Amino acid sequence: MAATTATAPAKATSGTAGPRRPYRIRQRLAGWLFATPFTLLFLLFMAVPVVASLVMSVTDLRSTDLRTPFAVEFVGVDNYTRLLDDAQFRRAALNTAIFVVVGVPLTMAVGLAAASALNSALVRFRTLFRVGFYLPVVTSIVALAVVWRFLLDPEAGLVNNALRLVGVDGPNWLGDADLALPSIIVMAVWRNFGFLMVIFLAGLQAIPADLYESSTLDGAGRWAQFRHITVPLLRPTLLFGGVVTSIGYLQLFEEPLVMTRGGPLDSTLSVSYHIYNQFGFGNYGYAAAVSYVLFAVIVGLSILQFRLLGSRD
Amino acid sequence: MRRRDLVARVGLYVVLGAGLLVVVGPFLWAVLSSVKPEAEIRRIPATWWPEVFTLDNYRELLSRLDFPQAFANSAIVAVLTTLGNLAFCSLLGYALAKLRFPGKRALFLVVLGTLMVPSMVTFVPQFVMVSNLGLVNSYGGLILPFLATPFGVFLMRQYLLSVPDELIEAARVDGAGELRIFARVVLPLCGPALATLTILTFLASWNNFLWPLVVATTEDRYTLPVALALYSVGQNRIDYGLVLAGAVAVLLPVVIVFVLLQRHFLRGIATTGLK
Repeated sequence: MAATTATAPAKATSGTAGPRRPYRIRQRLAGWLFATPFTLLFLLFMAVPVVASLVMSVTDLRSTDLRTPFAVEFVGVDNYTRLLDDAQFRRAALNTAIFVVVGVPLTMAVGLAAASALNSALVRFRTLFRVGFYLPVVTSIVALAVVWRFLLDPEAGLVNNALRLVGVDGPNWLGDADLALPSIIVMAVWRNFGFLMVIFLAGLQAIPADLYESSTLDGAGRWAQFRHITVPLLRPTLLFGGVVTSIGYLQLFEEPLVMTRGGPLDSTLSVSYHIYNQFGFGNYGYAAAVSYVLFAVIVGLSILQFRLLGSRD
Repeated sequence: MRRRDLVARVGLYVVLGAGLLVVVGPFLWAVLSSVKPEAEIRRIPATWWPEVFTLDNYRELLSRLDFPQAFANSAIVAVLTTLGNLAFCSLLGYALAKLRFPGKRALFLVVLGTLMVPSMVTFVPQFVMVSNLGLVNSYGGLILPFLATPFGVFLMRQYLLSVPDELIEAARVDGAGELRIFARVVLPLCGPALATLTILTFLASWNNFLWPLVVATTEDRYTLPVALALYSVGQNRIDYGLVLAGAVAVLLPVVIVFVLLQRHFLRGIATTGLK
C-alpha cells in the first residue's frame, strides 16, 4: 500500500505541486468513503460469518445452541470424519459426480454444436436463435423445474404423449431410480447449453478467418478444420466454459428439490441437497463441514483451470 | 459449390429449427396448459391447443394461495437489491478504477476472491449471522446480504477503467469535490454499465431461491420461487393447472424483459464471462 503514494505523482511534473497534496488527501478520504458501504456489508455478511463457520465446522453447533454460542463443544475434525461414515453423503457425492462427469461434456458438446452452427456464414436470423437458446438460462430454475416435472409426468407429460404417438409406452421418468438422474441431466443440458453457446460463439468469432481460407486451399475438409483449427484455438474458451459449468453443476440443488425431492431411494440426492437437509435438521456444524468440502472441490477446479490455461498461453 | 452450400444451409436450418422447438417448446406448452382446465391437462391423448380456454388457474392463484403477496415480496426485494447495488457498486467501482487510496489493492483482491464463491457454501454461516442479528423472516434479512455484490463492483470497475482520466482531472482542477465529481461527471458516463447491472441484479434477485428459502420462514415473506417450490413440493398429486400458472407468473416477466433487452444481457456475459 505504501507504493501508492510513491507512484502517485507520475503526471505531476507540470509544476502544480502546490494543489496536488490536498487532492491526494481528498482522494484518499473519498476512496475510503466510497468503499465503506460495500466493506461494511462484506464484513457483516461474508467475512465474519465465513470465518465463524470455519470455527463452526469443528464444533458440534446445533440450531438450539444459537443463543449460547460459547456452550458448544470443540469436536475437532469429527464433522469431517463423520462425512466418510455418512452413507447418505457418499450417495450424494456419487450422484453429484455422475451429474458433473456426464452432464458437463454433454452440455459443452451441445453448446459447441450450436455455436458452430450459428457461426456459419450460411445462417441468418442469428439473433432469433441466440435469444431462443439463451431463454432457459435467464429464467427461474424453480419455475423451469416445475415445468419439467409436468413435461416428464408419466401420464400427462409432453414426453410420454409424444412417445404414445409412435406407439411407445413411456416410463415414469422421475419415479424410476435408474431414470431420475439421467432425466435431470437432460434437463440441465437443455437449460445450460445456451450459456456456453454465447461464450463459445465469442471465442469462435475471434479465430481469424484466413486460417480457414488457407486450409481450404490446402484441401482440408470441414471436419479436419474443426479438429485442427477450431478446437485447438478454442481450447482456453472451452476450458473456461467447462470449469464454469462444472462449478455450477457441483451445486445441483433446485431440480431434485422440486422434481424428485432427492428420490426415489436417494437416487437424485445431491451434495447441496444434503447440506440443505442437514441444515434443516439443525446440524449447522455438520452442514458447514459438508459445504467446505464442496467449496474445496470448487476451488481445486478453479486452480486446475488456471494451471492448465497458464501452461499453454 | 453453390449447390453444396444450399444443402448445407438447409441442413443447418433444420437442425437449428429443431433445436429451437425443443428449447422454446416447453415454455409454450406451459403457457398453453396453464389456460386449460385440470381435466383437459390430464387427458390422454393430450391436446396441444386448449379446447376449453379458461383463466381459472390464474384466478385461483390470486385467491387461494399467497401468490400476490409473494409477487410483491419478490418485487420489493428485487427493486431494493438493485438500487443498493447501483449505488454501492458504482461507488466502489469508481474508487477502484480511478482513485488512489491505501487499501485499494486489498479491496480489489477481496472483490475478485469472492466473485465466484457460491451461496451454497456460505448460506449456513450467513444464516447464523442473520439469525443473531434478529433478521430471520424479515425484508432486511432477505435484502442486506445481496445489497452490494462483488459481481457488481467488478462490472462497474471494468467499465470505469475505460472512462478517460482527463474528464475527471478537469473537474478536479475546477475545484469540484470527489462526491460531486462522482455524481455529476462519472455517473452520467456509466449509462450502459448501469443498465447491464440493473438487468442482471434484478434478474438474479428475482430468480434467487436458496437464500429466501432459508430466511423466509412464514408465507407472508415468501418470494415467488419459494412459494412456487414449496407449494409444488408439498403435494403428492400435484394440481398442474395451478403450479403451471404460478410458473408462468415467474417466467413471463423475465422472458418479456429478456427478449426486449437481449443486447444488454449478452453484452454483460461477454464483458465479464459470468452469468
